[in-house]
Amino acid sequence: MTSLPKHPPAKRLGLAIDLDTCVGCHACATNCKEWNTGGISAPLTDVNAYQAEQRGVWFNRVYTYEVGGEGPDARTVHFPKNCLHCEQPACVTVCPTGASYKRSEDGIVLVDHDKCIGCKLCSWACPYGNREYDEHVGVMKKCTLCVDKIYNQNLPEVDRVPACVAACPAKARHFGDFADPNSTVSKLTRDRGGYDLAPETGYLPTSKYLPPRPGKRSEAMPAAAPAPAIAGAGRFLKWVDRVLTR
Amino acid sequence: MHPAYSVIFFTTASGAGYGLLVLAAIFAISGLMPATAWLGFVTNGLALGLIAGGLLSSTFHLGHPERAWRALTQWRSSWLSREGVLAVATFVPAGLFAIGWVFLGTTTGFFGWMGAAAAVLAVATVISTSMIYASLITIRQWNNGIVPVAYLVLGLMSGAVLLEAVTRLFGVHGSHVDVVAIVLIVVGWLVKLAYWHSADTGLVKTTLATATGLGRFGSVRLLEQPHTEENFLMQEMGFVVARKHARRLRAIAQATLFVVPLAATIASLFVAPMVAMVLALVAVVSLAVGLLTERWLFFAEAKHDCMVYYGR
Repeated sequence: MTSLPKHPPAKRLGLAIDLDTCVGCHACATNCKEWNTGGISAPLTDVNAYQAEQRGVWFNRVYTYEVGGEGPDARTVHFPKNCLHCEQPACVTVCPTGASYKRSEDGIVLVDHDKCIGCKLCSWACPYGNREYDEHVGVMKKCTLCVDKIYNQNLPEVDRVPACVAACPAKARHFGDFADPNSTVSKLTRDRGGYDLAPETGYLPTSKYLPPRPGKRSEAMPAAAPAPAIAGAGRFLKWVDRVLTR
Repeated sequence: MHPAYSVIFFTTASGAGYGLLVLAAIFAISGLMPATAWLGFVTNGLALGLIAGGLLSSTFHLGHPERAWRALTQWRSSWLSREGVLAVATFVPAGLFAIGWVFLGTTTGFFGWMGAAAAVLAVATVISTSMIYASLITIRQWNNGIVPVAYLVLGLMSGAVLLEAVTRLFGVHGSHVDVVAIVLIVVGWLVKLAYWHSADTGLVKTTLATATGLGRFGSVRLLEQPHTEENFLMQEMGFVVARKHARRLRAIAQATLFVVPLAATIASLFVAPMVAMVLALVAVVSLAVGLLTERWLFFAEAKHDCMVYYGR
């Protein structure tokens, strides 16, 4: 049923993504692809995988932006983006077949690949560009918040988090329940001023972004003073000195 | 937006078919078109053929056309589903109306009511089609009350131009057809100009600054996109070919969709019936070219908000 749940879901699962610590390594995107090409969304088709004009389905994409012009306050912000599991997802309500739905228990937005006719209208309705069409299978695919991982009783409890969260080496991705005010994601959102992407759309994303921390980069990182030369030291000692002073 | 040929053909052909169905039903019920078999056969056959051909074409862009029946289930929330339900429902009274006209020689009484029901459902179907586009707040140019009006008026206008040709071919032409055709072409032209004006001047709400939420730190510029090759999003939403030639294509659309049919319809008032028939056919051919150009532009000029993440 593509009508939204009548009552707000008891749990509101989502991610808090920290733009201050994201290093733009694409590990989240890669691990997402790895897990989901074997999970319930399998396969995440790649077309022309080993030649020019390659394209394929990815649930997670990492953009890099230059913010604040080119002066001393300029900063590079890595920006991972995947489904935000909105509270008002028009991608669900436009679906003519009932393939798209928002789960009433935890708010996860999913596609039933056995019902999808591949009309692509849901991708038109998503302002965030978070649905991708699998041209080989002929259906729409999207981030499942690793629904086949986070509830998987065969995995140790510590591993029951989305693949992107598990992979992040900078701990820039946090998974949790936004309906619980004491969850890590709720606390982070409160403390760091977590915000919605494109709030003017009214889709009310569940997942939040934590902004880069303020502060002038020019003050935070003074130019390194030249290391004093070690008189009489040979090349090996100079190398040791360089390594130890790093 | 990527202009899929199947969807362009679907919206133009079914729009013209529904427009013809509405006008033919009104004229036949009110006795302005005679209930003769061949006239009924050609008029209803053309209308239902365009509708059915369009609907069939719309399934060609689906990943799973064999599951298309599922699209009839979610009419509570989805305009696409509503359109499907209404399109199927229209065939019932439209079919009965055609049977009455072609085989029983009557377009009044029960069959008249069927014609009226078909006309109402046809209008509702065209509005549902347009609402698929008009309800998407992700596409600024479409998210607009002019879109349903334009789809309805252009559908009726197409029907009127087709009806000019059919009634002249059967020698049952009357001035009521001319009046309706001329009024609809002029109104269609004005509505389309209003659409283009709103598309060009509408307020842009979603920018890279709001979409990333990084506008608070100053200007935001794409430094590196996530992938080096075009993906589904860029192919489906990032269509840019048309914008380069938009001005010229709009001129072509206006000339073929409005100027030529209007001139031909007015000129046919002053010439011999045979010449008028040729002019009516010229108007139909020009209309077809104009509709396809206009609808191609409707998709190609529309810009999807998610493209701002790519700096477009």
